[in-house]
Amino acid sequence: MTTLIQIAYLVAAVLFILGLKQLSSPKGARNGNFIAAVGMVIALAATVPLLHFTTAGVIIIAIGVVIGAAVGAIGARMVKMTAIPQMVALFNGVGGGAAALVAVAELLRFGQHPSFTEAFPSVFSIVIGSVSFAGSMVAFAKLQELMTGTPITYPGQQIVNGILAALILGFVIAVLAVASIPFSFISLMVLALVLGVAFVLPIGGADMPVVISLLNAFTGLAVAASGFTLNNFALIVAGTLVGASGSLLTKLMSDAMGRSLANVLFGAFGQTRTGAAATAGIEGRSVRSGSAEDIGTLLAYSQRVIIVPGYGLAVAQAQHAARELAELLEKRGVEVSYAIHPVAGRMPGHMNVLLAEANVPYEQLKEMDEVNDEFKNADVALIVGANDVVNPSARNAPGSPIYGMPILNADQAKNIVFMKRSMRPGFAGIDNDLMYDPKTLMFFGDAKDSLTKLVAAVKAA
Amino acid sequence: MSNELLNEVTFFVLSIFVGIEVISKVPTILHTPLMSGTNAIHGIIVVGAIVIAAGANSPVTIILGLVAVTLATTNVVGGFVVTDRMLEMFKGRQSPKPATPVTPTK
Repeated sequence: MTTLIQIAYLVAAVLFILGLKQLSSPKGARNGNFIAAVGMVIALAATVPLLHFTTAGVIIIAIGVVIGAAVGAIGARMVKMTAIPQMVALFNGVGGGAAALVAVAELLRFGQHPSFTEAFPSVFSIVIGSVSFAGSMVAFAKLQELMTGTPITYPGQQIVNGILAALILGFVIAVLAVASIPFSFISLMVLALVLGVAFVLPIGGADMPVVISLLNAFTGLAVAASGFTLNNFALIVAGTLVGASGSLLTKLMSDAMGRSLANVLFGAFGQTRTGAAATAGIEGRSVRSGSAEDIGTLLAYSQRVIIVPGYGLAVAQAQHAARELAELLEKRGVEVSYAIHPVAGRMPGHMNVLLAEANVPYEQLKEMDEVNDEFKNADVALIVGANDVVNPSARNAPGSPIYGMPILNADQAKNIVFMKRSMRPGFAGIDNDLMYDPKTLMFFGDAKDSLTKLVAAVKAA
Repeated sequence: MSNELLNEVTFFVLSIFVGIEVISKVPTILHTPLMSGTNAIHGIIVVGAIVIAAGANSPVTIILGLVAVTLATTNVVGGFVVTDRMLEMFKGRQSPKPATPVTPTK
């Protein structure tokens, strides 16, 4: 019978690997997700028949599955496309929490003196799972704007974090070497939760995708550790697969932003001051702003327009209005394309998802490398709610927090129309020189309203 | 080191290499769906949660089991559904193959 379980787990593991493989190619991505889900069902179906259930066990499993499935399915169905990043954070966090709780339950069962090979993976899972849970919740709060998205720093922060880490290490040693009692591993869990919060607080909202990806890898490792505790191969293999691929994905994401992972995670320390100095330097400069009519005419009589969509477009749900404007312009013979920065929106690939939802033809979406040389031939670069991804200081201000990030060359277009809600700096909290460029016309307002006004103005032109 | 532990460590190490290798060529536009998909896969913790909940017989283990099963199920169901929703958007939107120019026979 255990042989059957092992074979089922092997099949599940193969399906997870094939699923991941498919998920990373555009053709089979959706199939890949389905294949992995089948693997999950097989692993569950193989596990359940061999368990000895208490009555209470049956009841709590039934309740837990019903509530969890309802929350998961409804949450995932109802969430707006723009809020997907924080939804992923939430689902990741609860997974980490579950891994930590499984390890706590096992430590209780092992008694006061578990062997090292029982205790070590358990405390590992408790610490990493709890950090992932608490960190994901902070990431969720930041993206959902329940709290400020700007990095939160305070004096002595690193010392506080150091003390936390030392305390955690102390309790780990206590559980492993002295005695595994509830007081020690519950304290361990609480401290790890605090560490998770402290870890994510100083990271800015714009960097949350990278953090969520890292915490996703953490949860994978916590799950693998719980697998060692339970001697369960399915958990070990699936958790490790996620831990490894998640770590690589985290690196690929920070590469797409042109930054090192260390810079993303710890960059807030010591950089707030340079940011402030940069802001002070440009105070008092003037910007030009245009009316809907001015801009409508400019667009209508252009030959090439490149739309640069950003998070502002996503927030305002303006992807449909953008498509309407583009279609109108095309009818007048204007060539329209969309320049997609790899990290436009709040997650790499997020903008492609949103524009696809609005039925924007795939051929009009151009990736950064493809479109960057076309800006100098464009009559208008229409920036809709993007900011950091067109900020020239990434190219020419070594002190800037985003220095070195590859950006879209919107500043090379003949005219720049910058649609923005206000002069407020972008998500990364950095002022944008492009707004003060003499070629730039500002157009203030909510992205959707503004685009609708432009549609009317183009019709009239 | 017991035989079982040795086996587990072997699986662990090999899985690291497979995990890295299998996604190494992912294009940028699939970063978000891939992250979401891996997020669903670590929902396998639901197997662990059910194992500990099955034998629950005291108030403490009942609460631990209930919360763990609820959280893990949310992870696995939400993870797969939200990934599917994302990928649905890409349906039929692959860039069309460049039409092979008809070379006139001379």
